[in-house]
Amino acid sequence: MKPPQFEYAAPASLSEALALLTASDGEAKPLAGGQSLMPVLAFRLASPSLLVDLRHIPGLDRIEVGADGVRLGAKVRWRDIERDTRLATALPPLAEAIGHVAHYQIRNRGTVGGSLAHADPAAELPGIAVACDAMIEIASSRGTRKVAAADFFEGALTTVLASDELITAIAFPAWPAGRVSAFEELARRHGDFAMAGTAVWFDVDRLGHASNTHIGVIGASDRPRRLHAAEAVLNGKPADATSIAAAARAAAQAVDPADDLHASAAYRRNLIEVLVERALTRASKQADSAVKGSH
Amino acid sequence: MKVSFKVNGKPVATEVEPRTTLSLCLRDNLRLTGTHVGCEHGVCGACTVIVDGDAVRSCLTLAVQMEGCDVVTVEGLSDEAALSPLQAAFRRHNALQCGFCTPGMLTTAHALLSEEPNASVERIREVLSGNLCRCTGYLPIVEAVLDARAAYGGPAYQPADAGHGASHASAGAAR
Repeated sequence: MKPPQFEYAAPASLSEALALLTASDGEAKPLAGGQSLMPVLAFRLASPSLLVDLRHIPGLDRIEVGADGVRLGAKVRWRDIERDTRLATALPPLAEAIGHVAHYQIRNRGTVGGSLAHADPAAELPGIAVACDAMIEIASSRGTRKVAAADFFEGALTTVLASDELITAIAFPAWPAGRVSAFEELARRHGDFAMAGTAVWFDVDRLGHASNTHIGVIGASDRPRRLHAAEAVLNGKPADATSIAAAARAAAQAVDPADDLHASAAYRRNLIEVLVERALTRASKQADSAVKGSH
Repeated sequence: MKVSFKVNGKPVATEVEPRTTLSLCLRDNLRLTGTHVGCEHGVCGACTVIVDGDAVRSCLTLAVQMEGCDVVTVEGLSDEAALSPLQAAFRRHNALQCGFCTPGMLTTAHALLSEEPNASVERIREVLSGNLCRCTGYLPIVEAVLDARAAYGGPAYQPADAGHGASHASAGAAR
């Protein structure tokens, strides 16, 4: 499995990289860690005429944690996220999900921007982006724009990115203290793509009721998505076993999984119910301890 | 394209097509055939080498991306006279049979223990989960890596009794 032939450029600046993408008229692909693109090339699922390596472009590899949330540059690697201890409180679903992303060697090179652009329906970061209302920052020679993660993914391996555009960062809104969350997935081998997974979070009001519930799923349709029908089941209710089970059932009804080599659609649907129930249960226990802690 | 980088401490310069993976550049251009090529799409881990201190899959890395980098292959883990402590531990524990996955296991474990000499048995298992072995059943490999920790400044070896799962792990997680 040899990649098809292509030219290679390693520009020194973002503007130079964007000019190369524009000039190539859709024939170029950006290259960051290459951990998704290289297999695509090896299988010849794509045959770009030019790879634009982002390795020399400064400023895209920062993790910023501030009052307005978390911002990850497009070249931030999985291992950078894994080792940033601030994220455990600044963005708990990401900190938890990162342990499931790929294998050791791939985590040393794979990047945030690469995962978003590749848009595998079972990948963790796209799921976290959608579940956590992230904004994806995009640049081209024409200017910059921001797209909500919910609108960014159009289908399996398909996004709204135009061929002259590059992801520069992803920004997550601030995570208030007291918000509870959990991430669950099942993969055939640890580090492989999930057969299905879920990221859930909600706030707890003074009466102990769940509000602002977000339930995002991966591996359950052609793109990561939130399950608004299941979220509505939990909102306004105490996060107890009964309402969690009802929300999990609603989640299983709301997904439209596919059959593939790894699992049947029926198995995946059942898995979504189980994983959503587990995740909500685990999140609700954080809420219990937070309430007890405040007395 | 011409690309210049360091391999096992020595500067090299070679001519490659942009599509040449690091794994094939090492094997074909530089005749360093210790790096094994298994799946060629990032699943098996056999081609793992160390780039600027990080274990990476050389089949998912282009040679042209290595300009100015410092690459260590399995050939760089010991001088030709003697086995490194990690290699000796693999031998002691019968942690290889056919040997195809071994270069990737060694480079992965070397990168891990260089950074995390106290890596727990759970951490070792997690890291090695990206490397396929079809002979050993992994248990002797995990034992060999545990045994080698001391040579990297980690704890003295005590068998993990890995056959009974990770619950018997020795202490000292460095994650």
